[in-house]
Amino acid sequence: MDFQVVVLAGGSSKKLLPLVSKDVPKSLLPVANRPVLSYVLELLEQSNLKDLIVVVEGEDTDGLIENWISEAYVDRLHVQVAAVPEEVGTAGALRAITHHLTASDILVVSGDLVCDISPGAVAAAHRRHDAVVTAMFCSVPVTGPPESGSSGGKDKTKKPGCYNIVGLDLTEQFLLYIAAGMEVEKDIKVQKSILSAVGKMEIRADLMDAHLYAFKRSVLQEVLNQKQTFRSLKQDVLPYLVKTQLRSEILLNGAQAEENGNEKDAFSNNKVMLSQLLANASTPSFHELYALGPNGFAPAERKIHKCCVYLASKSKYCARLNSIQAFSDINRDVIGDASHISGCSFSVHNNVIHPSAVLGSKTTVGPQCMLGEGSQMGDKCSVKRSVIGRHCRIGSNVKVVNSVIMNHVTIGDGCSIQGSVISSNVQLQERAVLKDCQIGAGFVVTAGSEYKGESLARK
Amino acid sequence: MDPRRPSRVIDPKVRKVGFFTPGPPPDRTRSGPATTTPTQSPISNSLSPVMIPPARHASDNLSRAVGVPVPVASQLHAHPPVDSLQVESYTPSDSVFTASPTRSPSSRIGLDGEFSEDSINWMKRSNSGRFAPALPDMKQSIETLIDESKGDVVEEPLQKNSKPLKAKTTKAERRALQEAQRAAKATAKVAEGNKSGATSGMSAPAQTSKPVKQPNQKKTGPPLASSTIVPEKKGGDKPPEKDRKKDMPPPRMQFDDKSRVEKAKKRSVTKQTEARNRVELFKHLPQYERGNQLFDLESKFFQLDHVHPAVYKVGLQFLAGDIMWSNTRCIAMLQALQKVIEDYSSPPEKTLARDLTAKINSSVSFLIECRPLSISMGNAIRFLKARIAKITLAQTESEAKTSLCSDIDRYINEKIVLADKVIVRHAVTKIRDGDVLLTYGSSSLVEMILLHAHELRRQFRVVVVDSRPNLEGQQLLRRLIEKGFSCTYTHINAISYIMHEVTRIFLGAASVLSNGTIYSTVGTACIAMVAHAHHVPVLVCCESYKFHERVQLDSICSNELGDPDAIAKVPGRTNNCLDDWAGKENLQLLNLAYDVTPSDYVSMIVTEYGMIPPTSVPVIVREYGREHLLI
Repeated sequence: MDFQVVVLAGGSSKKLLPLVSKDVPKSLLPVANRPVLSYVLELLEQSNLKDLIVVVEGEDTDGLIENWISEAYVDRLHVQVAAVPEEVGTAGALRAITHHLTASDILVVSGDLVCDISPGAVAAAHRRHDAVVTAMFCSVPVTGPPESGSSGGKDKTKKPGCYNIVGLDLTEQFLLYIAAGMEVEKDIKVQKSILSAVGKMEIRADLMDAHLYAFKRSVLQEVLNQKQTFRSLKQDVLPYLVKTQLRSEILLNGAQAEENGNEKDAFSNNKVMLSQLLANASTPSFHELYALGPNGFAPAERKIHKCCVYLASKSKYCARLNSIQAFSDINRDVIGDASHISGCSFSVHNNVIHPSAVLGSKTTVGPQCMLGEGSQMGDKCSVKRSVIGRHCRIGSNVKVVNSVIMNHVTIGDGCSIQGSVISSNVQLQERAVLKDCQIGAGFVVTAGSEYKGESLARK
Repeated sequence: MDPRRPSRVIDPKVRKVGFFTPGPPPDRTRSGPATTTPTQSPISNSLSPVMIPPARHASDNLSRAVGVPVPVASQLHAHPPVDSLQVESYTPSDSVFTASPTRSPSSRIGLDGEFSEDSINWMKRSNSGRFAPALPDMKQSIETLIDESKGDVVEEPLQKNSKPLKAKTTKAERRALQEAQRAAKATAKVAEGNKSGATSGMSAPAQTSKPVKQPNQKKTGPPLASSTIVPEKKGGDKPPEKDRKKDMPPPRMQFDDKSRVEKAKKRSVTKQTEARNRVELFKHLPQYERGNQLFDLESKFFQLDHVHPAVYKVGLQFLAGDIMWSNTRCIAMLQALQKVIEDYSSPPEKTLARDLTAKINSSVSFLIECRPLSISMGNAIRFLKARIAKITLAQTESEAKTSLCSDIDRYINEKIVLADKVIVRHAVTKIRDGDVLLTYGSSSLVEMILLHAHELRRQFRVVVVDSRPNLEGQQLLRRLIEKGFSCTYTHINAISYIMHEVTRIFLGAASVLSNGTIYSTVGTACIAMVAHAHHVPVLVCCESYKFHERVQLDSICSNELGDPDAIAKVPGRTNNCLDDWAGKENLQLLNLAYDVTPSDYVSMIVTEYGMIPPTSVPVIVREYGREHLLI
């Protein structure tokens, strides 16, 4: 279909400290005991997209991810891992790999996306309108019941209105305005020309940018070349394209101009007539109306380009792993409400317990739980709505509620863990009590200590 | 004999056979005056198109009839009227072989003409069917001869002739003929079992029944094509007929046939959910739930590897309704196919012609899944396939591809763009100062005509009639108002009120069928009929590439069903009464896309070949349509 896919697997995000580290880049964070990147790769694989470019920030993480991909997808996907220097931003990353891009359209996917929306739908919408960019938006994921939502580290990530302000036309097909929630202070400025061309505009704040874009390659490369200062796709490139859609500075019709030059006058005349025929027949979008000018005779043809959106239906699941809150939410959703994404088969009790896991007597594992390979649990434990990774050793009388425990974690007897995230190789000594905490890899929690709402990492 | 003449003229079967003087058809000469007086009542110039000779037959007969000596059994059935008729129709040739008052220059003359006198005499002597295998290619004609000599089948040749001669025979003769037909049928039935044994003497009658039957089918075939009955192919087809069969549309899929629908679904690319609550009368037409289909197609974007991106895009636009009218759909499709051809490279060990045809076929079937093809698109595809078939092995692949692409360009250019220009020039002569023109919906061609007339500074007013659910007239209206036209906009339910002030009606058409019927957007028939009642001339503007040889008498057997949701929803209203219509068992919605306007209500059809009465459509179809001539 002449599409190329770029997965931006990113490096280590500051927002996710202390969970991420040099050994565990963001894209390898486990979601239901699988790296989060695998969700994207499998989504693409389902859509028959097997030639991928994975862009990773930083040389050392590049090796980790490449190793993991080559192990997990050796014969299923053809993945090219490209490393770019750190801190170049998403636009910079694309600029660095621009020579790899050859297809007419590029699908850019963020590596931290967990969703079940077919990227094909976005690509199809892109093609249908012949747009320069198509962005996928989804409605803000409904977080679980309030009591479980509040148990996460909410006070940290709580930023009211951190979602985008998005302006759409009435058919919900075109993107007229976009601003990230953080940038908006009191008022937003909408261009008059766009507003007068489209007539009515719908402004929504309940949409989330899924960071899945389809770009026209020529346009993307041109913008990246011209605007060397652009660092982020979302904050620079997309708003730029949206703003300039009615006074396009990018050369879209270069090829056409050449064609016309070669042919005789009469023939090109016919071509014009033909294109007019085609234009008149299809229901014109406001872009075309604007390009024609107020009386149908524009003095010089105005250059336009189209920015489209694809709104995912509400029934679909879509989330991005970009904060600790999101991390625990996604983990909970993937084994809970959106369990079809996880790809695991759930038992009758609505949980997944690896056959090699060992459970002590009187230990209960509730619904919406996952217990990884080779983990051992002592007696009288109780696990509710939690994910426990591989090869964990958990003593007796331990309570785990609403938490994520990664691999090789040792938990002593009588611990209580609530709403926390515990990274790999952490050691919890006896009777430790954790509530709403994040613990970095390799940390040792001393016996009997009690933490609430803290993030702990090895110095 | 003379008093029978007129009846012969009217008989439609005779018309099809075409045993008439091959001179310039009176119709065409008639069309001259018709163009100058478009306002005259349509009935007055509805000349029967009988006199138009099917070109191929006439030429075949003329060229080949000369050498035909079919002397057998002539004395048995020497009908004087028969002879005289033939003298009449084959004047140049008949004189040559008057010695044998032949009946053979029938419609099947093509091969008979190749007979050498020797072989026939020889066969006559032998008096049996043993020679059939020896001359396999002449099997049919031989067999007819054999039968003749057998004596009991004497009626066969008569029957062959009977078609053209029917009108001329007396009552008794016709009766004899009827009986003969029955007898032939009976023999055919008897011999059906041992069809395979072509060599045995027994099979001779069975075989003979074929050539007898086939002419019948042939003659009735083309007009019946629309009613989905297509004669099954038979082995003994002769080349010219084969060609004709190829042109015939394949049997249309009947969507009320459950098992077939299931089969088609398995083949289809997208998941098609049948629309619920379908109208009983229209269950034979495909109808799917649009929303689901679009969604499904979109999400399968990357799975459809075999579909070319350009074709996919066009299909998606068809399905979403971004591209609507037949002209533009046709252009969009052709341009997409052009891209397919450009990107095509034939795999090793496959010939380009065959493999590319397969490729085009798969693209077309994808487009059909998105939306049924319009007749204009069908014609264009036929043209393209004919072009592909003509590619020889001598051409290199790139040569073939460039020639095909330029063919497509020329087709678009000459059949659509230039044709439009010519039509505009013709039609504009009918617009006079002070006219009030009415148009329905939005036809690109009518719009061009109006614009051109405006440029010529004619003073006229335009009434744009529109209808739900598409409301395409609004777009036309918007463009006209921008240009400074004085317009009136109304909906079709007010047509009888507005008709009083209208002096002329310009309509577009999706297709023109060979009986002069206009196949167009639903509502067109209503406009034409009201106009007829008010004695307002109706001018239909249509490029000749949209003409089709089929005949359709109603808009039921072949039509297209739109999305029923489109008529259930009123735009801008938040809660519709019919919001949950699908759940109501006793409610069925019908959103027809096309209707059929009988030719009686059409005063004139404006094509690039001139302005013609609806009765002259077959001429255009035959003379210009068959070979897909480029101008």
